[in-house]
Amino acid sequence: MNILVCIKQVPDTTEIKIDPVKNTLIREGVPSIVNPFDGYALEAAARIKDKDPNTRIVVLSMGPEQAKAALKECLAIAADKAYLVSDRAFGGSDTLATSYIISETIKKVEELEGKFDAIFCGKQAIDGDTAQVGPEIAEHLDYPQVTYGLEAAAGDGRIRVNKEVEEGVEVVEVQTPCVVTFTKPAWDPRYPTIKRKMAANRADIPTLTAADLPTIDLAHAGLKGSPTKVKKTFVPQKKTGGVKIKEETAADSAVKLFQLLSDASVI
Amino acid sequence: MEAKTKDLWVFVETNGDGSAKNVGIELLTPGRMMADKQGGALVAIVIGDHVSAAVEAASTHGADQVIVVEGAEYGHYSTDAYAIALCALVEKYGPTSMLIGATNNGRDLGPRVSCRLRTGLTADCTALDIDEESGNVAWTRPAFGGNLMATILCPDHRPQIGTVRPGVFKKCEETAAKAQVIREDIHVEEKDIRTKVIELLRDMDEENVDLEGAEIIVSGGRGVGGPEGFEPVRALAKALGATVGASRAAVDSGWISHAHQVGQTGKTVGPKLYIACGISGAIQHLAGMSGSDVIVAINKDPDAPIFDVADYGVVGNLFEVLPVLTEEIQKARG
Ligand SMILES: Cc1cc2nc3c(=O)[nH]c(=O)nc-3n(C[C@H](O)[C@H](O)[C@H](O)COP(=O)(O)OP(=O)(O)OC[C@H]3O[C@@H](n4cnc5c(N)ncnc54)[C@H](O)[C@@H]3O)c2cc1C
Ligand SMILES: Cc1cc2nc3c(=O)[nH]c(=O)nc-3n(C[C@H](O)[C@H](O)[C@H](O)COP(=O)(O)OP(=O)(O)OC[C@H]3O[C@@H](n4cnc5c(N)ncnc54)[C@H](O)[C@@H]3O)c2cc1C
Repeated sequence: MNILVCIKQVPDTTEIKIDPVKNTLIREGVPSIVNPFDGYALEAAARIKDKDPNTRIVVLSMGPEQAKAALKECLAIAADKAYLVSDRAFGGSDTLATSYIISETIKKVEELEGKFDAIFCGKQAIDGDTAQVGPEIAEHLDYPQVTYGLEAAAGDGRIRVNKEVEEGVEVVEVQTPCVVTFTKPAWDPRYPTIKRKMAANRADIPTLTAADLPTIDLAHAGLKGSPTKVKKTFVPQKKTGGVKIKEETAADSAVKLFQLLSDASVI
Repeated sequence: MEAKTKDLWVFVETNGDGSAKNVGIELLTPGRMMADKQGGALVAIVIGDHVSAAVEAASTHGADQVIVVEGAEYGHYSTDAYAIALCALVEKYGPTSMLIGATNNGRDLGPRVSCRLRTGLTADCTALDIDEESGNVAWTRPAFGGNLMATILCPDHRPQIGTVRPGVFKKCEETAAKAQVIREDIHVEEKDIRTKVIELLRDMDEENVDLEGAEIIVSGGRGVGGPEGFEPVRALAKALGATVGASRAAVDSGWISHAHQVGQTGKTVGPKLYIACGISGAIQHLAGMSGSDVIVAINKDPDAPIFDVADYGVVGNLFEVLPVLTEEIQKARG
């Protein structure tokens, strides 16, 4: 099995604060992390490799040079090889352009690494939050897709995915090559070992640029190749003016709450 | 592609039994407003097997037209079959815009279809309007885990497509059915469906958790302290005829199954009443429930952020508050 895992480096959005005066996001000092959902995708690949040691795991990120830190972390955890794709021409890409660039890069990486049986992605990135890049990579490559994966098992030219659906968990079989996106499973991903960490620090991570992608049409990349345009951004208004209830005893508070809800015809 | 009409489409997702998912019917409400501003018709798209109930629901909630694709291959959702059918319809009719409910299936289908049509897709919108200046749809959505809102346009590509969160819009009043129903005969061969559903594993306690369609939700968080801490939460839910929800902390602790989780990695809900018990109000939880009509929070920490979004906040111990509240409700309802 040859698996490619797509990794995005993201700001840790749980650490983001709002500037109360300017009413904007404060991004300075917010740590950059591997998108948590991509960590689940990497763990799913690592579990396939646990069963079949012949499995090879390659990670790929599109982003600035500093995204190599995220790729190193993935090498330390489970990946065998990492690639970065980076070019000024790619800046400002929306999901259609991002997925196009990544799918073109996959073709190039396959020349070096052999064909991938599966492309694993996170369900969504915690900054853009769109959950669109995975399915769009699948469409650009004309591969089948399974989204909301929890775990995956490989064999016989197929991958079996346990997929989260409204009614529970659906077991879906998909032909390879395919794209699978992963959401949070019931377990935590593994940690890197010291030995792997040291090796990852020494690892050579090639950077590919637009010039390395012979078939890419730059008209479909970057800000001008993106059909969606961000018109404005703003910080959401907090709802205020709620009623606080704190009576003498908890029982009194409960009675008061019941009265208020009844009076407002909520219950 | 070029739009051939000024029509606005709403993709009305169907359930296994051929009824419409709530969100599809909800989206006919903003759809009406937008179609009127765009000067086109409001068209509902129904794909599935034996879907007369969904067609009827769309007709009685404001659609001018319903385009129906029926067949056994659509009985269970698959990306491949649905993408083929929906793209064929778009290519034939050329709508100017399309709304898709941001359910798991909607967010699976939307990017597949928009990418095939080489057009833009705005994800998981919570507000919709028509941009005064340009006449384009102004799609507004949260990003950065709900910390930032962005308004997005798709000026040069058609159709402009967005997925829209369930529970944000309300269904309009039912009227007599008035839509013109058009049937399209589109069939997908088995070999073109590259995924196969093997089985559905239900959670052990699955009394079918329909959080997205629930009118009242009572949720428990880490504050309930353990699996047995959900007892008073369940009792209140039972008295109210409500569905039980949970924070991720409670789910991750193994106290309740993931099917109950509300939030960024769980369900997005929009009930008339949401009661959060022992939930601090992390942004990822708020992302899933802040669209509720009325929010009640019960928390012993007066500074818990959940109180910032609550209409009614009780500062107190949930184990003391919930039983009394449940009793009051039972008394009132006899
Ligand atoms: C406020 C804001 C709102 C936006 N809204 C939209 C919108 O509605 N529609 C739209 O088309 N674009 C939108 N964008 C642009 C979009 O965020 C970027 O294109 C982004 O690079 C990819 O989208 P995402 O972060 O949502 O990724 P997702 O689609 O959520 O990511 C899913 C998975 O794809 C893979 N992946 C994603 N990006 C990369 C990468 N750079 N390298 C490697 N793997 C990757 C990862 O495995 C990831 O888990 C928005 C941007 C901003 C700042
Ligand atoms: C990428 C990502 C995705 C996430 N997705 C989700 C998601 O989908 N849904 C989600 O919920 N979270 C999600 N989270 C987690 C989120 O950040 C919080 O950790 C989580 O919501 C906290 O759950 P909680 O409020 O139950 O627990 P806590 O934050 O621990 O809060 C417990 C609360 O209970 C109160 N309490 C304790 N005892 C009592 C008592 N006896 N009576 C009354 N009150 C009491 C405490 O005062 C406290 O406020 C996500 C996080 C990340 C990073």
